[in-house]
Amino acid sequence: MYDRVLSGIHFMSGNIACAEGAIAAGCRFFAGYPITPSSEIAERLAARLPAVGGTFIQMEDELASSIAIAGASWGGLKSMTATSGPGFSLMQEHIGYAFMTETPVVLVDIQRGGPSTGLPTLVGQGDMMQARWGSHGDYEMIALCPASPQELFDFTLRAFNLAERFRTPVLVMSDEVVGHMVERVEIPTAEALEIVERHQPPSPPEELTLPYHTDEVNRIPPMAPAGEGYRVNMTGLTHDERGYPTMNAEGQDRLVRRLVGKIRQHADELELCVEDGIEDADVVVIAYGITARVSQGAVRRAREAGLKVGLLRLQVAWPFPDARIARLAESARALLVPEINLGQLVREVERAAHGATRVVAVSHAGGHYPAADTILAAIEEVNK
Amino acid sequence: MTVLTSQAAMTAGDAGHPLDPELREGRIPHIWCPGCGIGSVMQAFLEAVDTFQLERNRLAVVSGIGCTGRVAGYLKADSFHTTHGRPIPFATGLKLARPELHVNVLSGDGDLAAIGGNHLIHAARRNIDLNVVCINNFNYGMTGGQVGPTTPLGAKTTTSPFGCHEHPFNLVDLVASCGAVYVARWLSMDVRRLRRSIEESFSKTGFTFIEVLAPCPVNFGRRNQLDEAAQGRMLVERSEIRNGADTREVAIPDEGPIVCGKFVDHERPSYLQLLEGLRARLQEHST
Ligand code: SF4
Repeated sequence: MYDRVLSGIHFMSGNIACAEGAIAAGCRFFAGYPITPSSEIAERLAARLPAVGGTFIQMEDELASSIAIAGASWGGLKSMTATSGPGFSLMQEHIGYAFMTETPVVLVDIQRGGPSTGLPTLVGQGDMMQARWGSHGDYEMIALCPASPQELFDFTLRAFNLAERFRTPVLVMSDEVVGHMVERVEIPTAEALEIVERHQPPSPPEELTLPYHTDEVNRIPPMAPAGEGYRVNMTGLTHDERGYPTMNAEGQDRLVRRLVGKIRQHADELELCVEDGIEDADVVVIAYGITARVSQGAVRRAREAGLKVGLLRLQVAWPFPDARIARLAESARALLVPEINLGQLVREVERAAHGATRVVAVSHAGGHYPAADTILAAIEEVNK
Repeated sequence: MTVLTSQAAMTAGDAGHPLDPELREGRIPHIWCPGCGIGSVMQAFLEAVDTFQLERNRLAVVSGIGCTGRVAGYLKADSFHTTHGRPIPFATGLKLARPELHVNVLSGDGDLAAIGGNHLIHAARRNIDLNVVCINNFNYGMTGGQVGPTTPLGAKTTTSPFGCHEHPFNLVDLVASCGAVYVARWLSMDVRRLRRSIEESFSKTGFTFIEVLAPCPVNFGRRNQLDEAAQGRMLVERSEIRNGADTREVAIPDEGPIVCGKFVDHERPSYLQLLEGLRARLQEHST
């Protein structure tokens, strides 16, 4: 139907760009369940995957979808699911499972208004904290937050690269407006794409006795797929380097520290954001996704009015850029945090700012993104 | 009926068990209680793998959570211990990613039919190419003997202290009505028939389901005047083999015969066959 990579310049929606980013990254398995406002991703992949030798399956629910992708990943395929609020809630168990079993998978959450069924067709950003803390136990999440269809393409591809590199679930955390927005998307040629492939064990099966043994530096074990003689041993139970269950406190602490550590120690490298005039700003607006785009307009107008205002647009929400926010808190008189929920991102900013400056929320429970006027008024207010 | 012991087990000497090479080193002793039926099902499964001469590099075993959920981790196969209720969707992803693998699901009745019930019926409907062995011990053993979807009416469990007042599933009928191509029920003690049946299921294309009734003396038996070997004896005494019986008529009754046998063995295009058909059509279209 189409080429593997749809190289060229397109006019496409964020959700379609997301599906194309997945294909370009080498995704060959998608399992999902219909849910507004993410369904276009599944629809696109249902049409696209068979033509590139991949498999699409619509599962019976999100629980099934989120673990079918883990199964396919152990079968050696790059795998993905996509959903929105209620479905994302159901997937939490398998985010923890993928983290514990070091299974590379990509999940896409096109956020809508919640809680519960909430606003199926309208925007929200209320999954910020669920994205980080939704599954039980200690874990780390990598969450990329695109603000345009172009970034939905780029970040979905990047999510696959990170999932493979770190052997961990990676989230693309977008929202209804960016998912449905239609814009210019430039897709590079296949050769120009940077694709990370899975790190396979260097030793043959008979020599790989400790499949979860890692070096001290990166702490990421190579991953042997099923069907190649490695006798893959995988469990969501706390396990040792052989993959055998270890039901004791020492084994638990050793494993969970390694899993959390392998992400945390690379937090600086994972950080991604766009800074716009923040060096000498009195007020810095901090936002992601659609809210960051609206903020751009408000910041521009504030500057035109002579105010010293900057914008920090987060492209990776988790791991949270603690150090960067702490530095900003030293230099700015106030940090302004608009978001489409009643205060989630703002808590992280407050935590990272350590009381060094004023942190002000601009919140709304969802259904629409904040108007530029609202953000501008808030900028003027804190600047007084 | 006599309680069957496999040939392999009988010839085992002090040198260890002949099936030892099929198990992961250092994982035995297993966690199962004395008198539990799960071990003999695992043995029957491994013997079936052996007699069917299944290529070990292509053998994958997926389990959920519970006493039976521990089977996968003991086996020297590609083994996956998944979350509670989800071995079937995990296995679905694995099979679709690597169709050349022989993907088996071994799990319990609570895992497959309660928390995982939705996945079970949809997998049977899709006729996805998986072999499922469901060990039915009539209760939740791992968590201390709670009532389950297969607990007989009146049976006492830790969460039905006055006797179970819910109807149990007729699992073989449930799965047969959803479209499985092979459905059978055996006792865990009937290792020979069970082994043959598992072997037979290996040769099928599509979704196969074998229910194995297994004693759980420690949790189920003890609370129902079926101590130690009594539950196993009761099952053997009440069992009756009726191959080809209508699955609607083989619900496990409160009293009287427990019907075992092979109930369904027919052909129906499997999920992978239909998917191949789709791919071929697309290919034709594009050339
Ligand atoms: S609790 Fe019951 S099913 Fe579980 S191991 Fe013990 S006897 Fe077997």
